[in-house]
Amino acid sequence: MTARYGAIQVLQGIEFAVERGEVVVVLGANGAGKTTTLRAICQMISTGGSIMFEGKELSGQATSEIVRAGIAHVPQGRGTLNDLSVEDNLLAGAYVRKDKEVGADIERWFSMFPRLRERRTQGAGSLSGGEQQMLAVARALMSRPKLLLLDEPSLGLAPLIVQDIFRVFGELNADQGMTMLVVEQNANVALDLADRAYVLEAGEMVLSGKADELRHDDAVRKAYLGY
Amino acid sequence: MSSEPETESDTAIASLNRNVSSGMRGLVKVGDYRRVSLAIGLVLLVGFSIWAINNGGSELFFQRVFDGLGNGFIYSAMAIALVLIFKATGVVNFAQGEMAMMGAFTAYAIANAFDIPGALAVLIAMFLSAIVAAGIERVLLRPFDPSNHLAIVIVTLSLFLILNALAGVIWAFDGRAMPSLFPGRNKTFTLLGAEIEYADLFTWITVLLAAFLVTLLLNKTKIGLAFRAVSSSLESSQLLGIRIGRTLQFGWALAAAMGTLAGSLVARTTLLEPNFMGRVLIYSFAAATLGGLDSLGGAVVAGIIIGLVQTMGGGYVDAIGSELAPAVALGVIALILVIKPSGLFGSKRIERV
Repeated sequence: MTARYGAIQVLQGIEFAVERGEVVVVLGANGAGKTTTLRAICQMISTGGSIMFEGKELSGQATSEIVRAGIAHVPQGRGTLNDLSVEDNLLAGAYVRKDKEVGADIERWFSMFPRLRERRTQGAGSLSGGEQQMLAVARALMSRPKLLLLDEPSLGLAPLIVQDIFRVFGELNADQGMTMLVVEQNANVALDLADRAYVLEAGEMVLSGKADELRHDDAVRKAYLGY
Repeated sequence: MSSEPETESDTAIASLNRNVSSGMRGLVKVGDYRRVSLAIGLVLLVGFSIWAINNGGSELFFQRVFDGLGNGFIYSAMAIALVLIFKATGVVNFAQGEMAMMGAFTAYAIANAFDIPGALAVLIAMFLSAIVAAGIERVLLRPFDPSNHLAIVIVTLSLFLILNALAGVIWAFDGRAMPSLFPGRNKTFTLLGAEIEYADLFTWITVLLAAFLVTLLLNKTKIGLAFRAVSSSLESSQLLGIRIGRTLQFGWALAAAMGTLAGSLVARTTLLEPNFMGRVLIYSFAAATLGGLDSLGGAVVAGIIIGLVQTMGGGYVDAIGSELAPAVALGVIALILVIKPSGLFGSKRIERV
């Protein structure tokens, strides 16, 4: 896969895979192309090559159709609809669904994130960063995705809240088999969560392997774990 | 526990408490500011009313109040149309007045061609103009990136010229009388010494009902939710699977129907001709700005304020008369926007980073 912003080619041809039920993390420094990778999957930028999801080609489709195919994207900076209430954000998350269980799902994520229940009528813009991240994740889950894309979920959050949120990700994967592709700079928490990991540098995948193996890789330790 | 802070953590808690309470005082101050400005507004209003009643008698005063309300509700309806497009696209639709004019002409043509009651003709025209506006959105606006505001402004400006010329070609520039929309033409009743046409009363009710229905549509339906999501953030809405184009199309259709209603209500009191919405549009822009551009309730309230200021300013100050009344309305807006830049009811854009 390649991707470009206008004339600037950001991804130089990368290849990676996520299996059903797996948590895969992509590590990389600022500007490596992590966010671009996720945006490319959702076709928010022009891409070359091929992006296959459940045997179907995503390249060239509209973003709204990719959501319908079962991919939910929690963007960097959370992307909550700040003029809408918490509850309306969750309802908007279920926009692509036509079944009658939307209300039940809202209750379900409220019990997973009780803070959101307390703030259900409050505007999303008035939430704290951690609460917004919870809302963004819950909203993405409202579409009942098969694959969850998470763009730097730890960004700008206090360490304790990062731990909380990653614990929830772990539960989602363990209890419901949720498949996740996470891009992170916070390699420590990300490698704890992940089954496998890739390292992205300047638009190219330079390393890949099981999370435990990468954790002990000297280059990764130096660059991303800091010891 | 002793009152003296003994440990470090006690000191920390004490300083936290101090900080919180000074923050609370700050909040109270914000509330005070609002209450004070509201009080000043009320005093000015009451003072003006007493002065006006002493000067011209209560009958004239109330007559002007009701005239002002009549104009104001129409500005409200137009302002709602403007706000809908603004919420959807982030720009003001300069063609809104001409779209309303075309809608009113359509109602006029339908009423004449099929010999049906005016109100029914307006309903049909609202429906038709919604369809046409959806088509305009698809053909003229969809090709542009919705975040490219300048391109959209240019399109609405060209639409303004095209529609105005088109109406001139079809209906020429001589005034035509709109068929009556409501029963009881020219029948009046007396309230507080002022004579009010029943048709005026129906106009107020119609606009309030329409505003209520639009609010209901936006807050209780799925397409309404999508519309609010898109107006909050284009990119996030895309990631939720919302089809941006169709949602904006819905906004255009709804605004066009609302505009046609407003245009028909204006035409009821004046003659139909291609330029008849020009002055109304200025007041409606003013109302939309004053209300905060993204608030439907604000548009309604601000429309009424503008209508009242126009009638009162023009009526009681000889130097202003009817010619300078728009200037007074614009002056009031300038004043309020200096005090409160986001308009009376607009949402302040505060973002947590």
